[in-house]
Order: sequence, then C-alpha cells, then structure tokens
Amino acid sequence: MTLLVVEGLRVGYGKVEVLHGIDITVGPSEIVALLGSNGAGKTTTLRALSGLEPIRGGGVTLGGTSLVGVPAHRIAAMGLAHVPERRRLFAPLSVEENLKLGGYLMRDKPAELKQRIEIMYGLFPRLAERRLQLAGTLSGGEQQMVAIARALILKPRLLVLDEPSMGLAPLIVRSIFGIVRRLRDEGMAILLVEQNARQTLRIADRAYVLENGDILVQGAASALAQDPRVQAAYLGGVAAA
Amino acid sequence: MSEFIQLVIAGLTTGSFYALVALGYTMVYGIVRLINFAHGDIFMVGAFLGWTVLTTLAATHMPWGIGLLIALILSMILTGGLGVAVERFAYQPLLSAPPLSILITALGVSLALENGVLLIFGPGFNTYPQLIGSAGFVLGGAHITFIQVGIIILSFLLMAGLYLFVHHTFIGTAMRALAVDRDAARLMGINVERVIQITFFLGSSLAAVAGVMEGLYYTEINFFMGFIVGLRAFTAAVLGGIGNIPGAMAGGLLIGLLEAFSAGYISSRWTDVIVFLVLIGTLVVKPTGLFGERVVERM
Ligand SMILES: Nc1ncnc2c1ncn2[C@@H]1O[C@H](COP(=O)(O)OP(=O)(O)OP(=O)(O)O)[C@@H](O)[C@H]1O
Ligand SMILES: [Mg+2]
Repeated sequence: MTLLVVEGLRVGYGKVEVLHGIDITVGPSEIVALLGSNGAGKTTTLRALSGLEPIRGGGVTLGGTSLVGVPAHRIAAMGLAHVPERRRLFAPLSVEENLKLGGYLMRDKPAELKQRIEIMYGLFPRLAERRLQLAGTLSGGEQQMVAIARALILKPRLLVLDEPSMGLAPLIVRSIFGIVRRLRDEGMAILLVEQNARQTLRIADRAYVLENGDILVQGAASALAQDPRVQAAYLGGVAAA
Repeated sequence: MSEFIQLVIAGLTTGSFYALVALGYTMVYGIVRLINFAHGDIFMVGAFLGWTVLTTLAATHMPWGIGLLIALILSMILTGGLGVAVERFAYQPLLSAPPLSILITALGVSLALENGVLLIFGPGFNTYPQLIGSAGFVLGGAHITFIQVGIIILSFLLMAGLYLFVHHTFIGTAMRALAVDRDAARLMGINVERVIQITFFLGSSLAAVAGVMEGLYYTEINFFMGFIVGLRAFTAAVLGGIGNIPGAMAGGLLIGLLEAFSAGYISSRWTDVIVFLVLIGTLVVKPTGLFGERVVERM
C-alpha cells in the first residue's frame, strides 16, 4: 500500500517551470530519499506537497485523497507534516510554545497535547531542559530537534524533511538520522530531502535523484549507491563501501 | 500639585483612547505588514454605533449602566464585523499586490466610511447622552470625574485582557507565530485567513470601545473625529514600536500625557510639535521604537 502518490507533478514560479512532471511514491515504514544538487527542485517538491506552492499539473494523493488545491492548513490536518528547509522555528517564541503550535490542531484536547509534548521531551531530552528558552537562541542542532518534535506532535502519517542535516555536526546528524530510522521502524512514511547522498543512501530504503526538475534515476537505495551516474555526481566518484 | 494631578488624569484618559486605537494599528501591522489607514474611521464608526444604541435605549428608562454596557458590546461586535468586512473585501484581494495599491485602498476605505457616516448622520455634531455628567470627587485638590476613572480602568482591563489573550491562548500564540513566519504557521495547521480576520475583529472592537468612551468624555462626535485620533494613535504605535503590543499601550498613554502637559503648561497649539519632536527624538535614538525588539536572527 503506498501512502503518497505523486504523478506528473508540475510546479513553477512565475513564468518559469521548475518541476516538469515528476513521479514519486512513498509507503508506510519506508524512508524515501530525494537527492539532487542545488536548485534541482527538491524544496519546491516538498512545498508543493504540503500546499505552500500551487500545483500546476499532475496529481498528488495522500492515502487516496487528492491534495491538489487543498490549503496548507488542511493538508497538515490530513497527516502530512513538513519540517521545512532552515527549520523555520518561531524564533521569538519559547521551545514549549513552538511545540504547542505543532499541536495547534489538537488544541481542544489539552491533556492529550500535554502528553504528546512530554513524549517529545523524552525523545529529545536536551529540549526538556530548555522549555522556556526562546527558540531563536538555541544551537543549530537543538533548533533542528524542535523542528522535528514540532512536526511529530500530531503523529503524522507522512513526515517530509528538507535537509535536516544542514549545518550540523556529524554526531548530531547521526542522532537525527537515528531518530528518523526509528520513526520508520514504528511505521511512519518518510520523505527525506538531502544533499549528503552517501549518508542518506545508508538509511534510506529507496531514493530518487532529481536534476533540473526531472527524476534522473530512481531505485533501491543500495542499488543507487552503486550506480555510476550517482557516484559520479554525488559520491565523488568513489564507490560507497 | 493639584494641576499636575489633574493633567495626569486627563492625559491618562485621552492616552487610553490612543492606546486602544494604536493596538489595532500595531496588531494588523504585526500580522499582515499593512498600515490600515482606515482604522481611525473604524474608531469613528464605533462612536456612532454606540451613540445610536445609547440614544435608542435612552427612551426605555433602562438603568444607564446596563444601557452603556449594551452599547459597548453591540458597538464592539458591529464595529469588529466592519473591520472583518473591510479586510475581506478591500484588503484581502490585494495582499499580494504592491504595497502602494493597499495604501490607496486604505485611503479609499477611509473616505467611504467618513462619507457614509456623513450621509447617514449629517455633517454636524451629535451629542452623546449625558449619563452621569461631570460627577466625580476631589483628590489632592484636583477634580476627577467618574467618567475619567471609568475610562482608565476599563481600558487597562481591556489591555490586560488582550495581553493575556495573545500570550496564553492558542489563537493568540498563532497570531504571534503568524507575525514571525506565515508559511511555517500554515504548516502547523493554522488557518491564516481566519487568524487575520480575528485580528481585524479584535483591533476594530477595541477601537469601538475607545470611540464610545470618547463620545461620553467629550460629549460630541462627528464624522471627522477619526482623523486626529487615528493620527495620534498611529504615532503612538510607531513610538512604541510598530507591531509590538505593549509598545502601542505605552505609546498611547505617553502621547496622552504629552498632550495634556503641553496643553496645561505650554499651549495646546504646541501639542503636535511636541508630540512629533518626541517621536523623532525616540526614533533617532532607537529606530525600532520604545519597545521594538531586535529581530532574533533565524538560523
Ligand atoms: N520563490 C521562488 N521564486 C522564484 N524562483 C524560485 C523560488 N523558489 C525557488 N525558485 C527556483 O526554483 C528552482 C528550484 O529551487 P529549490 O529551492 O526547489 O531547489 P533545491 O533543490 O531545494 O535546492 P537546494 O539544495 O539549494 O535547497 C531554483 O532554480 C530556484 O531559483
Ligand atoms: Mg532546498
């Protein structure tokens, strides 16, 4: 059963078309990576899925329901959570307020929301010590934790992450990837955009390589790691061991 | 000393009007980056709606306190609705248009409201019912009216209520989130259009309270009364740091006090000069206004 089905997706800005009709699927308990160089259209793809950019052509369905033309706040309610590029936290608000906003759609169930927030503090103990700290004053790694925790409050069916490793030390990247893998093992569907192909292909089940708005290659992550085109462009020409 | 107390009370009273109106400017700016130049006229409409209710009820021999409460609440609801309608039909279609077209639209809305009231109520002054007149008490040699005390208390309660709303409810938190990052707010499932409407409603109904109280205080209202209060309140919002809620409150009270002191100790002809000198002086020293925060850099 696939959860997310993207077919012939076309998106653009003004007169320029950025995505020329791409196909992607993501199923439950699956990490699907979307790789590609700067400006390939990865962020645009994710923004179109979550309703932040209008879809110009093609179809997108989540659990069989079309997302075309659905406003972003409704898509969030349908179980798609988006951790945006550069995290986009509410900097002047506290960690706790950021997490509460992640649970905005369950605001009529305060007890349950409180419990969900506590679960997030359990998943990211460093945030528990910083509940009242303003999000903008956190370190980059802590900010990424808030961004992910904020997206997980509602137990989404599909989690899309836009370059969660950006600007983070290797140790923190490893722990964040560990959490992503755990979420996958618990049944969540994950669409992961990354520049770091080597590390990403190690945790992904399948992957797509986007180039200039078209899918160039796709397949099992292990196969893509061996693909000469991927190696040449993204793995520095050296086979991933 | 008695004159000083008199001036402080007078300044806090008019400052309350400015503060309540300034909140509407600042909340809307904070969320949609739009200076709603029709806001002074929304305040004026609030005064006329309150007048209509009060004069209608005056015939029923209802206790004045209850009549005033009904007038305030009805004026708040109807004026709030007017603010939402202005947003929906005048501004919303233009939110992605160049700022100049919104500015011109705001001036158009302002003219439409003034001329609408002119048409219905005429060009002259309408007299507010004298509920308790100038009854009051003496404090330190100064005569203070119950109306002044009532105005100051009510506006402080409203401001405290607004502060609690913005900081301790979900809708209020959503407003602050929206002011920071609209796309991120949408990803949280926040219905941005709805929150913008709530903001316009709140700002307009606070202006309505100020309008009714101004009518009670100065006893006369006319279709042009929104101009000068709107200008002072806008100045207050900028002085406090536009977009900042406590800033608008402080800015409004400060301008009310400045106005009272310049009228009392110098001459009311100098009021505008003094107000603008203080504004310019503040902005030179602190360009973001008194309470304007340094924007926390996003990572
Ligand atoms: N708001 C916008 N207006 C106009 N063009 C845009 C806009 N956002 C992105 N683009 C263009 O769309 C193309 C794809 O951008 P996108 O951000 O999707 O790339 P990306 O794959 O995420 O790149 P990166 O790895 O650098 O984040 C780029 O050419 C970019 O200049
Ligand atoms: Mg990107």
